[in-house]
Amino acid sequence: MSSAAHTSSETLQDLLLSLAGVTKRFGALVANDAIDLTVHKGEIVALLGENGAGKTTLMNILFGHYVADEGTVTVASRDGTLEQLEPGAPQAALDAGIGMVHQHFTLAENLTGLDNIVLGTESIFRVRRDRSTARAKLGELMAGSGLNVDLDQPIHKLTVGEKQRVEILKALYRDARLLVLDEPTAVLTPQEADSLFAILRKLAATGLAVIIIAHKLAEVLAVSHRIAVLRGGAKVGEMKTSEADHKSIAELMVGREVPASRRTPREAGKPVITLADVIIDRGDSRRSLHSVNVTAREGEILGIAGVSGNGQAALAQLIAGLDKPDSGTVEIFGDKVTKFDAHTFAQNGIARIPEDRHHDGMVGSMTVAENIAIEDVRSAEYQKLGFLDFDVIRKRAEHAIADYDVRCPGPDAPARLLSGGNIQKLILARVLEKSPRLILANQPSRGLDVGAQSEVHRRLLEARQNGAAVILISEDLDELLTISDQIAVIHAGHITPAMPTESIDRSELGLMMAGQKAAPHATTTTNPGETA
Amino acid sequence: MEIIDILLAASFWEAAIRIATPLIFGVLGALICERAGVLNLGIEGIFTAGAMAGWMAVWLGAGLWGGVLVAALAGAFFGLIHAILTVPLGLSQHVSGIGVTLLATSLSYFTYRTALPDVSSPPRIEPFRPLDIPFLSDLPFIGQALFSQTAMTMLALVLVFVTGWVLYRTPLGLAIRAVGDNPSSVEAQGLSVYGLRIGAVVVGSSLMALGGAFLTMSAFDAFFFGMINGRGWVCIALTVFASWRPGKALIGALLFGAFDAFQVRLQTEVGAFLPSQVFLMMPYILSIIALIVVARKADYPKALLVPWFKGQR
Repeated sequence: MSSAAHTSSETLQDLLLSLAGVTKRFGALVANDAIDLTVHKGEIVALLGENGAGKTTLMNILFGHYVADEGTVTVASRDGTLEQLEPGAPQAALDAGIGMVHQHFTLAENLTGLDNIVLGTESIFRVRRDRSTARAKLGELMAGSGLNVDLDQPIHKLTVGEKQRVEILKALYRDARLLVLDEPTAVLTPQEADSLFAILRKLAATGLAVIIIAHKLAEVLAVSHRIAVLRGGAKVGEMKTSEADHKSIAELMVGREVPASRRTPREAGKPVITLADVIIDRGDSRRSLHSVNVTAREGEILGIAGVSGNGQAALAQLIAGLDKPDSGTVEIFGDKVTKFDAHTFAQNGIARIPEDRHHDGMVGSMTVAENIAIEDVRSAEYQKLGFLDFDVIRKRAEHAIADYDVRCPGPDAPARLLSGGNIQKLILARVLEKSPRLILANQPSRGLDVGAQSEVHRRLLEARQNGAAVILISEDLDELLTISDQIAVIHAGHITPAMPTESIDRSELGLMMAGQKAAPHATTTTNPGETA
Repeated sequence: MEIIDILLAASFWEAAIRIATPLIFGVLGALICERAGVLNLGIEGIFTAGAMAGWMAVWLGAGLWGGVLVAALAGAFFGLIHAILTVPLGLSQHVSGIGVTLLATSLSYFTYRTALPDVSSPPRIEPFRPLDIPFLSDLPFIGQALFSQTAMTMLALVLVFVTGWVLYRTPLGLAIRAVGDNPSSVEAQGLSVYGLRIGAVVVGSSLMALGGAFLTMSAFDAFFFGMINGRGWVCIALTVFASWRPGKALIGALLFGAFDAFQVRLQTEVGAFLPSQVFLMMPYILSIIALIVVARKADYPKALLVPWFKGQR
């Protein structure tokens, strides 16, 4: 390898990886259709596409988890010659210097970072472990890349961002020359994402090639050199990042024009729910609220911005009627709530889009139709002589499937077969068909692709237009700034007063979410997000 | 004061360690399986198989250590069945384990009965003798309590140390601990999840079988029906009590052994006032209490009971 800086991505001798005509079929489904892709040393390539576009299949072929039906994977060996990668052999991919950081980390939580990194790199039948050489090598890697993390902490004590660094170090420790990151920013705060990108740029400057799989556009535009777009299993476009723009890539990915979500100005109505000085103390800050004041009004979307685990769960539980405050009051339409249970709250027109749509939003083994009816089986509409009337339920489901474009085999299909985006549409159908007065939307578009995300936003804005109040709990700044009328920041169980979206500066919002900056208009009654 | 006298007697501790020995083997075996993510409820049957196979090998003319080897192989065999059912096939570990217990127990009884159709009293073998180590066995107190045990007890104590060393000091142990927490972490590093898990279950089952072999070849000198008497199940509970650590496993087994030895002695002291069944229950009740106190916050290996399939993530 030459020691020259590899900033150019054009020279052929820098070619590191070449996929040629890779095709993979699962029965009738063509998951990958004759895909060509090249990656050079020192290059950051963004692989974009909606869920189901074939990104993950392609990477699984690269890693030997799947064997391609057609096509070849060629990797430049360490001495520069091109060699075909043995198909279906993860060990061969590792040996060829391909490292992968999965979206769901592959770390053993009970072991330290160091142990996780060293795992599998030494002969398994040694009588003793050798930690000193590993430590020295990792020290160098950390110093050179800025990937700082305490390697002697067990993984379960690390933050998500730190775990990701351990994953990257794991690949680098094995002398990876190509690093593949699957949705690396999905779990990071904006600040953590920025620092990740800075590290990736630094690593690329030393010759490491990087593939970032993503469906968020803004960030790949910031970090990548080149963008390849997949849709429906085929590569539909490839361009230099410098020549790409946001709108055209989004359209390439989705295959049609993506309507930009836009709020039309609207007077907010009367308060639907008001939390006054609510305290919930559950010991740790993830599940506690400290003297919180929140008001959601009709025809208004109130964004609650914050990094996951800062009390959002407690807030969501409270508003759904699943928990009650230790002190303070909750008013719904001006009436003080005395009975905290989910049924009472639902009767008052409060509907929820739960954070974990697979776990709390549906029952996988039940049919699509049953899942749509599940929250209202007590209503007379679904009953005949005290039994469930499946004709009505099925008819309602058919309407919902058509109106909300839920892609599924039919109302009788088990809900677990649906993709994440379609499950969310199913939940939206269930929630919105009841014309709720308040919608509690907890991370409603997390993990969804551009198309499904814009559908969620359109529906929430539509509900707002019809006079519903919306509480949008999210950590996605773009989402918050696009559709919220007011934004409050939640940090360590404290919630700032709501601020009009127009008055908010994006980077200040990021800092407030990280707890590093107080709210500009903080009053004395609420704590502006300092650590407790 | 009589209680103090009981606790201070070397013979009491000698009995406690002897009673603890099969449990030490069993807990170590269960612990290795569970660290890799597989619950092995075959343990009760594997104890029986080990007891029968080891004893029968010696009865047929093998040496005592030959019998130990045969017992270990019998355990490995039933462990392999459990491992194949639960690891690559991913069947319910509870159901498979109970099945293995039923199979191994019945097969052992069947073999015994077929080989010895009409004996009224079980034939005896010449079991392991108590050790007589020069100097060490002559020490006061500890010489009788510890160094006059049989060779198998010494083996069990050595295995506590070996298991601890392997789990915490070697790359193999690192991989076993990782595969029981997150199998994907092991696969991503190029190691075989199936290989590690099957290996752990087979080795763990061999250790369980040694616990059974101790009963027929060291504690007693014959095989008879029902002799395992729930010792396997006790080991499953002790594993939780031990938080999956070999050192604590030793303490747990000794504690149980001490309870058991204590109740026998207490019976002779105050047996006139209480029915003997109360004393027999004592070690189990105390185990349950200890379990509640120690293991309520037990930190289970995260992937325990969770099947893992290649190519799914």
